[in-house]
Parts: sequence; structure tokens; C-alpha cells
Amino acid sequence: MDLYLGIDLGSTTSKAVAVGEDGRILGRGITNTRSNYRVASDIAREEALHNARFAHLARAMESRGYPASRHEAIYSDLALHFRLEGYLKRLDALARECERTNAALSPEEAVPGECLAEVFEILRREAPATFDRQARNDSSKFFRDIAGTAFADAAEEVSTRWKLSSEPLVAIYERSIVPAENDRIEMDFGRSLTSACARTLENHPEERENSGFVKALEDATKQAVALDLVTKDMVGTGYGRQLLPFPEESIRSEILCHGLGAHRIFPETRTVLDIGGQDTKAIQVNGEGVVTSFHMNDRCAAGCGRYLGYIADELAISVKDLGPLACKADKTIRISSTCTVFAGAELRDLLNLGEKRENILAGLHRAIVLRAFSLLARSGGVHNEFTFTGGVAKNVAVVQYTQEMVRRNYGAITMNVHPDSIYMGALGAALFALRAARGESLPAAGVAEPDRSTRGARRMEIKA
Amino acid sequence: MSETPRIVKEKSMVVQKKMLAAYYKGLASTGETGQKVVYTFVPGNLTELILSFGAQPVYPEINALQSGMRKKSMEFIRQAEKMGHSEDVCTYVKCDVGMMLKGNVGPTGETIPAPDLLLCSYTGCFTFMKWFENLAKMYDCPVVMLHVPYRSAGEASPAMVQYVVDQLRTRVIPALEKVTGRPYDEERLRTMLGLAAQAEDDMVYCFESAKNRPSPIDGYFAGVYYIGPIFTAFRGTEECVTYYRSLREDIDERIARGLGPITPEGQIEKEQYRLVVEGPPNWTNFREFWKLFYDRGAVVVASTYTNVGGSYDLGFRHDPAHPLETMARYCMSCYTNLSLPQRTAVLSNYVRDYHADGLLVNSIKSCNSFSAGQLQMLRRVEEETGVPVGFIESDLVDPRYFSYANLKNRLDSFFQMLDQKLTPGESDA
Repeated sequence: MDLYLGIDLGSTTSKAVAVGEDGRILGRGITNTRSNYRVASDIAREEALHNARFAHLARAMESRGYPASRHEAIYSDLALHFRLEGYLKRLDALARECERTNAALSPEEAVPGECLAEVFEILRREAPATFDRQARNDSSKFFRDIAGTAFADAAEEVSTRWKLSSEPLVAIYERSIVPAENDRIEMDFGRSLTSACARTLENHPEERENSGFVKALEDATKQAVALDLVTKDMVGTGYGRQLLPFPEESIRSEILCHGLGAHRIFPETRTVLDIGGQDTKAIQVNGEGVVTSFHMNDRCAAGCGRYLGYIADELAISVKDLGPLACKADKTIRISSTCTVFAGAELRDLLNLGEKRENILAGLHRAIVLRAFSLLARSGGVHNEFTFTGGVAKNVAVVQYTQEMVRRNYGAITMNVHPDSIYMGALGAALFALRAARGESLPAAGVAEPDRSTRGARRMEIKA
Repeated sequence: MSETPRIVKEKSMVVQKKMLAAYYKGLASTGETGQKVVYTFVPGNLTELILSFGAQPVYPEINALQSGMRKKSMEFIRQAEKMGHSEDVCTYVKCDVGMMLKGNVGPTGETIPAPDLLLCSYTGCFTFMKWFENLAKMYDCPVVMLHVPYRSAGEASPAMVQYVVDQLRTRVIPALEKVTGRPYDEERLRTMLGLAAQAEDDMVYCFESAKNRPSPIDGYFAGVYYIGPIFTAFRGTEECVTYYRSLREDIDERIARGLGPITPEGQIEKEQYRLVVEGPPNWTNFREFWKLFYDRGAVVVASTYTNVGGSYDLGFRHDPAHPLETMARYCMSCYTNLSLPQRTAVLSNYVRDYHADGLLVNSIKSCNSFSAGQLQMLRRVEEETGVPVGFIESDLVDPRYFSYANLKNRLDSFFQMLDQKLTPGESDA
């Protein structure tokens, strides 16, 4: 199967999307951006290809009479366990790095080798449960997020037993996580899938006892492994695009990619707002998805994803919980600063004054949206339809305030938010790759989309 | 860097640099020659009048931009900020004030003499008044204020011309007479205005040559060199006439040979994009900034900044028959003194007349007189002409506001946006 890849190397996450000859999305991958961009891009790309094989497996199962809709639990377990295989491999890499770090330390700083080995024994033993707990419902958790918490817990347990302080262990982890993340790890799709299948079947006696199902799964697995995926072309985008090992003609600006990606999913889009990790883009596109005008934040990343990350750290909660908490506010506190650093001070100040956390958060979210709207106004306003993309579009409170601001400033407009809007840039890049190969024309948008690309998309009719 | 590439310069740039060097040398020797020194601003300047009194004009913005190009402005700006100037103050002002505080050593290393008179022709920039108020205190020197009415309704009315002429007659000329000890010499002034008009004809010819395909010049990055003599101490002199005549001949030759503009790294071989640019350039990273354009084959065919002294291409010529009236009209013709609808019309006409592919605004962080209204103008030009528009931000001489990565990111997007528009069939079926 021929495919075209788009890779979006963002400041926080690296995304990859594979599309087929017909422009359908075949697979997606995402990882955290790290110091070695090449590795980040390789991981995202590999994940997109694995994802494509997975989709193939699901189709093969369906054709054998086992559609995902009827066996949802086992399919989601299978996907989780496949990711777990990757986690375990990376855990081995981390163990190696930690040993190396420990060996290089002075005798005063080093910990007994057995002590470190015990930590990793716990990490490996607990991995399935840890992974289930942390990653099942949260695809935004990457290796360092999951392993970091797990390591801290295990270090605590082991150091208590050894009557040591856990600090040296944590220090070893901190020195080792970056090289471990940058380590290139080969993942054999077939072997990983087979072991994920075995692990999954253990937990699903009903399917395990169904010989027809087991046989179908074996066959579908073979098919997915044998699937011949040929990457015909790749286009890179995102803030790290210049560092991708791609030729100049295969690099596109993220503005064009986000415009094209959003247009692809929602063909009536005329205005795109993308709020990413460190920049906010307001983009106007025409009926063909061609960017006609854009505006970006300058010199300051206030009000972007990193701002939310910082606020979450200040409050010691997960970024994911910010939006839902803000939605519980009974009033919106006026926050005067969207400067990340100042907002931290303002936040603490307001907390000291006894303001409710929810109300302060509501104010912070509103401040982000106000800032985005200033950029939108500068780019030419909001036109129907309006599509909101980027990691921050996952935040319910931001979406809510955005709706309100659209209504107040621009009246009746259809607003689109997609659960996978974080992939829009990579999708646009993949479409540019496809377009270059097809002699600059794309199959009509919208019609050829598989169900899943618009599944969960939210279309909100904003009334004047 | 492993190697320093040889920098290619046009003949006119070399000549211009020599003229400038001689000018700064002349300034440094005013102590010996006894020549009086008049500080004044570039927009709508009265250079011929100052020269006709045998005085030497000094332009603080030129000193500042020259210091910026020679990487000296940061030190001066810091000095002015230490004195209390806010981060938001025009960086030309801070560069100038800082330079003064550091002994008034100019961009060429020669000392700039203190002013005997500050001639503030107020042309659309409110900062000018505050700037000279500051300098008047610091130098303890007289100021003569020429209030130039803003062309809010469009054209300069006869009453507006009379208003400026009256000020020239009753305030500016007497002040110059007093400082220089010489009487007003109208005949001399007429001769100089005649020479100015000659140079102006050739200058307009040179800029309009960019209507050719390929354009033989870059009307912005090279344009700022071309405007040097006419907007500074040379207008109304034989030297200035000679400069523009020789520039015109060079350009004619380039047109005949079908050659594109010369950049610091040689000639542009293929003109990829024809742009109109609004706003002054960044001076601290001028070459780096230009390179972002010429590397992509982007040629600026017309720019509004090259009208900063006066808008000759809109038809204005100095008229020796009516010396004071013509100077009054000139003051009112400079770009920052035009109303927003007029500025918009200039831009839209440039896009059409020069067959431009896009409009780009370089918005200057610390320049209100240029930056105010730019977004509105941008939208209007987009509506009127249908070409893609882009917006970038930098500063005049504060290097802290030049972010290469940010500019490159926006320009990459802008050029790719033009590509989509320019390549037929590139849009989706």
C-alpha cells in the first residue's frame, strides 16, 4: 500500500499522519518532542505506520465477522497492550542508561547496583497495571510522564527497604531520562503485536475460548504484519521543520499545513485558529484550503499551550484537568496578565486572597481566548466556518470561552472542534506530499474521509 | 563562520558611501570652518534652505540608522535607557540621545558637532517635538518649530500652503538669519531648488524602472541607499544631480541587458516574487533581513519607505519659481504626513502599477507614525487588489526586537502562500 507522510515537529509534541493515494487517513502517531528531533520524528512516524497496520487488522477482523463495534473492549485492550510493548522496550533503555549513569558517579553519589535493579524489577512487574491506569484514557501521556511517576513511587519503596534516601535514585533517573528518550529503539511490529495479543486474550476469556475469534485474530495479525507499506513521499512542518532531515522542497510552513489540514476535515472552513505549545496562529483560508492571510503571536508565547502547562504545574494538577475545573467556576475572575511568568504570580496572589481555584482558572482561560481573539482580529476576523485546532483545542474551558467570544464578536457561525485537531498540521503536510506526487491536485475533500477522521468531531452552531 | 563571502556592491552604493564619508568629515570640521550646524529631521526636510545659508544640516535619524547598521546602536540605546528613557520610546531617539551622552561620536567615528539651531519641521511624527524638546535642554540650544499640517482631508489646500509659508517667512528664515549671521538669499535658494528638481526627475525614473520585468533594482533594500543623497544633505547640490544621473545610466544599462537587482551576494538570477513593502526596514540586521528575501528570489518593486522624505513619484517637484510655496508643499508631501486613505491608495496603486504579487508590512515596534493604521491599510489593499498580504514585525535600531527565527517563519509562510497563488493549478480541484 502506497502512503504519504506528514510530520509536524511541534515545540511540545511531534505528530505524524499517513494518508493513502485517495487522501484517506491511514494512521497517526504522536510523541513528545525531545532534544533529538530525528528520534522524535522517527517515533511519531513509526507509530503512524503501526497505527495504519492496526487499522488494517481491524478491517480484516471486520471482514471475518468480528467488527470493532461488537468487541470494543478487546480491541482497546489490544491497542493498549501494543503500546505497552513499546513502553517496556523503552523501560529497558532507561534501565541501561540508569546503570550507566550510576556507574559513572562517585562512590558517595552512587547507589548500590542491586538497589537500582530492584527499582526496575518493580517497574517491569507493575508496568501493565501502571500503563492501564495512566495511559488507557489518556493518549497525551508519553513515556517520560508514565515512567517518571512510576519511578518515583518505586524509588520510594526501594529506598525505604534499603533505609536510604530516595534522592540519589531520583537524581539518577533525572540524568538518564533524556538520553533514554533519545535512544533509537527498534520495534518489531509482528513480535510486539503477537505478545500484545497473548496478553490481551488472557484478560478476555470469552474471546479466548472462541476458537473462531482466535483464529481470525491470528490471520488478521499475519495480514497486518505482511501489509506492504511503501512511503512514497514525506513533508515536514512545525517549528522544528528546518531540523528535519528533509530536502528544502519537502518542508512546508505549519501555517499552510494547518490551513490545508483543517480544510480537509471541515471543507467549509474559512478561518482557522490553532493554539499550539508555543504559538498561536490565526489563519484565513479560501474554498480550496489555500491560506490567504495569517497572523501569529510575536516574541512572546503568552496564552499558548505552555502557559497552561505552567499553570498546571503551579497548581500541581494535570493539564488535562485544567479545563474541566475552570468549567466549575461560579464567576470569572479578571486576570490582567497572560504573561506566563506574571500569571503565576497573579495566581498565587489570588489564591492567597482566598479566591476559588476554579474561578481563577476561569479567568486564566478567558485571558488566553482574549489574546487569541486579538490575533484573529488582526488576521481578518472570524468567518464561517471557524475551525479550532491545536493541542489547546482539547481544553473544554477554552472551547467554551471561544464560543462565547465568537458569538459576541462575530455572530452566528459554525464552529468546528476535532478531538484529533492536534494532528491537523501533520495531516496538511501529508496532503502536501500527496499533492506533489499527484501533480498538484487532491481528491475532493470530505467525501473520501473514513469515518474515524471525523468521528467525535464537534460542530457547534453558534447563534447570534 | 568559516568564510566571509565577498560583499557585492553596486557602483552607486560605493559613490553614496563616499559622499556620506565626506559629509561626516565635513561635519567634524565645522569647528574649524566656523560653519553653523542645524539639526533637522528627514521627512519633509528644508535642506536647500539650510544649505542656502551656508549651514550644515544634521539628521539625527540618519545618525541613528547608520549607527544601527554599524552595530553601535545597542550601546547607545542602553545609555539612554539608563538615563530613564522607557523601553517604548522610539529607538531612533534613544540611539541619538545615547550617542550624545557618549560624546556624540558619529557612525564613522568622527564627532558630530553640537547644534546651533534645532529646526523641527513637524511632519506627522509627534515624537519629533519631544525629541527636540529633549535636545534643546541637553544642548541648551534654540529651537524653531515649523508646524506642518497633516493632510487629513487629502490634498494640501491653499490655506495650508499659506500657513506653512507664513511660518517660514516669519519664524524659520529669521531664525536661520540670526544663527548664521547671513541674510536670506532667495536667488541662491532658487538655484538649489532647480537642481533639486533635476535630481528628483532622475530619482523617480530610477524607482519607476522597477516596473520592468525583471526589475533591475530592489526598490526597498537597495532603495534605501538610493534615497540617501536626496533625503539628506545633498538635495539641491550638483553632486546630487550627478549621483542620480549616473544611477539612471547604470539602471538603463541593466534594463538593456535584462538584468535583475544586485544584492550583497550578487545578482538575483530569477525574479520569483515581486513585492510591495510598507514600513521602514530593520537596520541592525539589515543584510540578514535582506537575505531572507533575495535567497528566495523576492524583489521589492516598490516601497513606501522610500517616500519618507517626500513623495516625488506622486508628482511633486520642487519649483524654483515659487521657493517658499514649493518648500511648504514638499513638507506636506512626505509619506507619514499623508492620511490613511492616501497611504492605502499609494499601496494599492503600487501593487497594480508595478504588477506586484503581494504586499508585505514590516511593522516597526517603536514607530507609531509609521505603524498606526497599518493593519487597516493591509486589509484594504487586500480587498482592493486581491493580492496576498503579509505582516512581520521588527524594529529600527534596537537589535533586541529583531528575531530572525520569527521573521523567517513568517516569511517562509508568506512566500509559500504566494507560491500557492502564483502556481496555476496548485489549488485543489
